[in-house]
Amino acid sequence: MSSSRDKILQRIDQALGNRTDSTDDVVERRYHQISELTAQEKVNLFQERVDEYKAATERVSEGELPGKLKKLCEEAGIKKLVLPPGIDENWLSELPKSMTFLHDEPQPLSKTQLNESDAVLTNCFLGVAQTGTIILNAGPGQGRRVLTLLPDIHICVIRQDQIVGILPEAIRKLDQTVSESGAPVTFISGPSATSDIELDRVEGVHGPRKLHVFIISES
Amino acid sequence: MKKGSQPTFEETAGTYIENAQLRRNIGHATKTIRDKRQLVVQELDDWEELREAGRQIKQKVMNNLDRYLLQLEKSVSKAGGVVHWAADAEDANRIITNLIKEKKGTDVVKVKSITTDEIRLNQALENEGIHALETDLAELIVQLAGDEPSHILVPAIHKNRAEIRELFKSKLNLKELSDEPADLAEAARLYLRKNFLKAKVGISGGNFAVAETGTVAVVESEGNGRMCTTLPDTLITVLGIEKIVPEWKDIEVFMQLLPRSSTAERMNPYNTFWTGTTEGDGPQKFHLVLLDNGRTNVLDDETGRQTLHCIRCSACLNVCPVYERTGGHAYHSVYPGPIGAILTPQLRGLDDRSAASLPYASSLCGACYEVCPVKINIPEVLLHLRNKVVLHQKKEGGFRQKTDPVHLAMKFLARAFSKRSRYERLQKMGRAGQWFYKKDGTISKLPGQLSKWTAIRDVKPVPEKTFREWWRDRK
Repeated sequence: MSSSRDKILQRIDQALGNRTDSTDDVVERRYHQISELTAQEKVNLFQERVDEYKAATERVSEGELPGKLKKLCEEAGIKKLVLPPGIDENWLSELPKSMTFLHDEPQPLSKTQLNESDAVLTNCFLGVAQTGTIILNAGPGQGRRVLTLLPDIHICVIRQDQIVGILPEAIRKLDQTVSESGAPVTFISGPSATSDIELDRVEGVHGPRKLHVFIISES
Repeated sequence: MKKGSQPTFEETAGTYIENAQLRRNIGHATKTIRDKRQLVVQELDDWEELREAGRQIKQKVMNNLDRYLLQLEKSVSKAGGVVHWAADAEDANRIITNLIKEKKGTDVVKVKSITTDEIRLNQALENEGIHALETDLAELIVQLAGDEPSHILVPAIHKNRAEIRELFKSKLNLKELSDEPADLAEAARLYLRKNFLKAKVGISGGNFAVAETGTVAVVESEGNGRMCTTLPDTLITVLGIEKIVPEWKDIEVFMQLLPRSSTAERMNPYNTFWTGTTEGDGPQKFHLVLLDNGRTNVLDDETGRQTLHCIRCSACLNVCPVYERTGGHAYHSVYPGPIGAILTPQLRGLDDRSAASLPYASSLCGACYEVCPVKINIPEVLLHLRNKVVLHQKKEGGFRQKTDPVHLAMKFLARAFSKRSRYERLQKMGRAGQWFYKKDGTISKLPGQLSKWTAIRDVKPVPEKTFREWWRDRK
């Protein structure tokens, strides 16, 4: 196997011929790296763009969230709710005792348990206004990747100050995640979708078929 | 010279063009995506700057490919992954088969990956008794039908809903099924969910791999990519060696260029980035197979090298007037369209007569270059390859090539154009001989071998008087 390695490296060396190391060459990054939007514009744009993906969004205050969450669970018939470690318990304060809460610790939930659950509630690491993207990095309140994959509904809570304007801002903030902790990163832009049949868009294929985003904003 | 039993582009293109259903499907698909792409690209006022950054990053990668590969090997290993090197398809298939056998797995779930189609991985695994289940909806359709993909992004676009309904009814044993895309997708969801939950091994391709951190990215829409890269205990990723980017920061460029060029969305639904293995989250064994399979041949050609910048977005397919009419199957390659017309011959070599016919499958209109998110000058490479094909045929073609009418005609014309007196003599001869074929100021039918030229175009006759003659005679 190492012979394949040598072979490939030798072929590359041959193909490139005499050259100097140019890995330090600077790439011209003349594209926008910082957004000029105000905080209010960012949250408005974020909501508009998430909506366009046929996800549901709701703007709430911190105090309203438990009540809104209760209403959503009733309306969507959510009985079994998956909760990642580190989720804010205050959010659950108005949910009925009759609901089943599936905690992923101390014992991690099995694939079957997750598959039979109705929904998962998480927070997130960041939101990107320009693309309407939610970014998870397996931090507290998000948990393992599978938690947001098998349940049929993903309820995600984002605070206004977590929303950045454009993608480069988000990528820079993820630097530590990928280079230090090495935790997995997931971008979610609306519910899963396919256009494979006659280019007719169908929302909800393999991941959660519904995405519900609560945006906590204080105005 | 006889290598490759596939037909050439011109041998079968006509048949595909005559298939009206196929043309309608492909025409509808390409137009829809093309128009949508235009809208989301126009939204970004720094699109050209992003393209240029993308081009520069990829150029830097190619000029230092060995260094970045070694850096990637190191960072992936440090993050808990295992790196394998595969010089060719056979190598890669052997490595993957052995890894699956070690796991005693026979059921494998797979994310759509053109790289694994390129090495014919599914067939190789099937020969060893391993069934690799395609989980992308379109790839599943293609797999169940025993068909071949026809588009990079939407591989089953040549099939309509009624055909898919019949296919699912018979292959997935369903009694009742409508032809609504939502119902068809639901049928696939239920069928695949069972398989996702029990699969021990997942196989994926990779859109990007970051040399600096060892992070690998899969970009997708349906969620099957998340399933395959999260649920199984073992994940095997096959990565073409050109898919590297140097730093994490580079992702911000490509994750803006790719979705808008490909599915014409601001962002596609799901993107997964993983760095080696993470305890308690996702696969605990991660194998990265670095694949050459002809890529170093592409690197070896200074003009052709830019072909390796390709991020497989398929924007060039959707704007190509040739692709739009023939569809993907006419290219007889997993890489169709303009990018396929330059990538396939370079990967397979010019001894493959099917691959060597592809640089001619273009009108050289340049639309592909205009939309390419990493600015690959496809027309330039097409012409460069046509030149190489001719030189190659001259050298290797033997007697048949030397007596080939086109070759002889070109040789004759080269001689005629090389000297003014010869050229003018030829003009006179032409003027004398053309009266019989000239009709309403043009020639639409020439005799004998020359009829091939006029079969698809009119020829302008030699004028009664050339400019030089007029100048000489004017007093």
